[in-house]
Amino acid sequence: MERIVFYILALIIIIFAFASVTSRKMLRSVIYLLFVLSGIAGVYFLIDYNFLAAIQLTIYAGGIIVLIIFSVLLVHHIEMRLEIAKTSRKITTGIACLLGLGVFLFTIYSYRFNVVENSLTTNVDEIGIKLLSYEAGGFILPFEVISVLLLAAMIGAIIIAKGNKLSENNNQTK
Amino acid sequence: MIPGITIYELFTVTSILFFIGVYGFITRKNLISVLISVELILNASVINFVVINKYLYPDILQGVLFSIFIIAVAAAETALAVSIIINLYRQINSVEVKDIETMKY
Repeated sequence: MERIVFYILALIIIIFAFASVTSRKMLRSVIYLLFVLSGIAGVYFLIDYNFLAAIQLTIYAGGIIVLIIFSVLLVHHIEMRLEIAKTSRKITTGIACLLGLGVFLFTIYSYRFNVVENSLTTNVDEIGIKLLSYEAGGFILPFEVISVLLLAAMIGAIIIAKGNKLSENNNQTK
Repeated sequence: MIPGITIYELFTVTSILFFIGVYGFITRKNLISVLISVELILNASVINFVVINKYLYPDILQGVLFSIFIIAVAAAETALAVSIIINLYRQINSVEVKDIETMKY
């Protein structure tokens, strides 16, 4: 049963990822990305990390996709078709990517992983305790640093997106 | 771990996803499409962290915590990139990669 679900999810992820990087309509490519991210959340559910799947669904599928759709709607006409790369360049890039994929797969399949057979489930409280513990192996410092990073990114995004048009207009009216 | 699925199959899926992202990153000419490709690459790496944690070291949680941090950094990066794209569109009326010269200095 899990095998079938995993293969369906893998097929969804790969097909929609490919559609998302080749589609010529901007909005469709964003929606294909949404399907990819939902498929990845399904993989997290299968692998029994429910909290991570919830994070994936809320932050990626809920937040980032909406942000990208907003930016697409703000800067494009919906009917506009994307400029397409030259065929020679596409073929070269495709061959290079296939070569890289071959190297990756060769390396992965020639290595013996010490897989531990287990069926542990992880509760949210374990993750929370680990995030806030300040003993050895605790993650309190990165947790605090990431909060500062998010605040800085938020302020920076507001300042950059506001631009200098507004202040120029104010100066002109004065 | 997923019953009946080996770690090799999961790594195959994430490798394919990573290289699809690289392909899009190189061939696309539009800033938002490049951003989408970057999201694909980041997601492939996050799945790798989670899978290695679950299959090889199931009794610790380092991979899960690191993937939470990666997701947070990706969210911050996307917000900044979108604001930069909107600002660029206001100034030069285009988001094609070849038109952007103002950031080269």
